Amino acid sequence: MPEHAVVIELRGVDKSFGRQKVLDQIDIVIPEAKTTVIVGASGQGKSVLLKHMLGLIRADRGEVLVLGRDIARMSNRELRDTRTRFGVLFQGAALLDSITVFDNVALPLRERTRLTESEIRKRVREKLELMNLVDVDEKYPAQLSGGMKKRVGLARALILEPKIVFLDEPTTGLDVKMSKEIYRLIHTTQERLGFTAVIVSHDVPKIFKLADYIALMAASRIQGCLPPVEFQLSDNPYIRDFVQETMGEIYTSGERVT
Amino acid sequence: MENFCERLGENALYHINYAGRLGIFLFLCLTNILAPPYKIRPVIQQIHFIGAKSLFVIVFTGAFTGMVLGLQGYYSLRQFGSESALGSAVALSLIRELGPVLTALMVTGRAGSAICAEIGIMRNSEQIDALECMAIDPYRFLMAPKFLAAFFALPLLTSFFDVVGIFGGFLIGVKLLGVNEGAYFSGMYKSVVWDDIYMGIVKSLCFAVLIVWICAGKGFYLHLERSGGFGAEGVSRATTNAVVLSSVAILVWDYLITAILL
Ligand SMILES: Nc1ncnc2c1ncn2[C@@H]1O[C@H](COP(=O)(O)OP(=O)(O)OP(=O)(O)O)[C@@H](O)[C@H]1O
Ligand SMILES: [Mg+2]
Repeated sequence: MPEHAVVIELRGVDKSFGRQKVLDQIDIVIPEAKTTVIVGASGQGKSVLLKHMLGLIRADRGEVLVLGRDIARMSNRELRDTRTRFGVLFQGAALLDSITVFDNVALPLRERTRLTESEIRKRVREKLELMNLVDVDEKYPAQLSGGMKKRVGLARALILEPKIVFLDEPTTGLDVKMSKEIYRLIHTTQERLGFTAVIVSHDVPKIFKLADYIALMAASRIQGCLPPVEFQLSDNPYIRDFVQETMGEIYTSGERVT
Repeated sequence: MENFCERLGENALYHINYAGRLGIFLFLCLTNILAPPYKIRPVIQQIHFIGAKSLFVIVFTGAFTGMVLGLQGYYSLRQFGSESALGSAVALSLIRELGPVLTALMVTGRAGSAICAEIGIMRNSEQIDALECMAIDPYRFLMAPKFLAAFFALPLLTSFFDVVGIFGGFLIGVKLLGVNEGAYFSGMYKSVVWDDIYMGIVKSLCFAVLIVWICAGKGFYLHLERSGGFGAEGVSRATTNAVVLSSVAILVWDYLITAILL
């Protein structure tokens, strides 16, 4: 499919939790500097798929290649080196809840760079403002609303200008205006930094504008990883059902569009 | 019968697995203690939490332990007419045995449980995963300051315990029961040698590692707990287990060290 360099590739990945098979023979390729969006109904294993790419969950079978190397075979140090390129937003934001918002966003800078405190302060402020977060510096994550937590998580994910970003539902819980702004922000940052993005989202069809490729998780498998237009015209039954359900009749199968 | 054997084997495997994992955990923690970047602030915070905040409890228990030693020692020694040995009896039992052990048990109850709960909750709410994804080593970031702090704090707390205990014994033995003051202290000077102090320090350093290792490890591997490390109940169960396990480990290890060093 893509003629770009491959950043992440999953080959025949299986994963079961107990008797429940969540991932079944997953093959997917994430091309460099493109945005790949993973969609699918709740509980289909999108977050689990993402955690495989991050090396947080080990596959039962198959391999997860990140930058050409099997993540399960990496030593601790190699894994850490690989992850220095990552920027990750968890579905539940996963902020450190015993330090303030400011310290959360500053954490990667403090632990991984040698910037001075005033430089750190400047950058964190900048990112927080970009996320429309004012007067929350000294608050603790427990004192934020759900959408605010998401934005703080996003600020933290992007603070070190990562090469690969993983966003698990970046706009869930945000109002329409805010999510539009977040999309614009992701878009402009990507143009500036040229990062590779893997985004899990329920925000169909809006997310299609941002996507270069769309992958549908259904029945424990990836049902095609296609550019948005082809995705909407696909005759895979799962994709057709999904498109119909989320976008209405009008979008499906070309000929009906007048 | 077959079922029973199966269960037995499963149990054994689980525990061997767990022990191995805790071993790796300790190894990774200790090898990361001195990894850069060096940050002094988290260590000081942990010393404050593990050490300074335990001081009151330690002084309190130390005083009463010393007092009861004075009381018991006096009545036992009087039978042989050697009340003058009270000072050395109190000091030796405190420095060699009771000081390190009781201090470690108190710190387990106070700080160990808190460490386990803190790390367990971080595991539960994906905070440790998030750290790993930010390429921040949780062993260095979370564990190293705790180990370092315990390493500093426990010997100090133990010496506080000893000193306060000796004065507790003095209070009861000399002031209340009328043992000669000069005899109390001079007996102590004569009988306490460097080896005794050395033993006390070695013990408290070992206990420092044991406490942080077991309590933090239990929290860190909460998600692998067989009884299900889920939610608030999972954390509370792991914390209880950690305190029990680390207390038992302290007593067993105390015996082993004493046997080796004597
Ligand atoms: N640690 C785990 N242990 C057992 N089962 C799990 C675990 N993590 C996920 N699952 C199961 O895997 C399935 C997929 O979960 P996942 O979180 O990936 O869904 P999702 O597609 O991200 O859904 P949503 O859109 O609601 O976030 C679910 O049925 C869930 O119960
Ligand atoms: Mg999810």
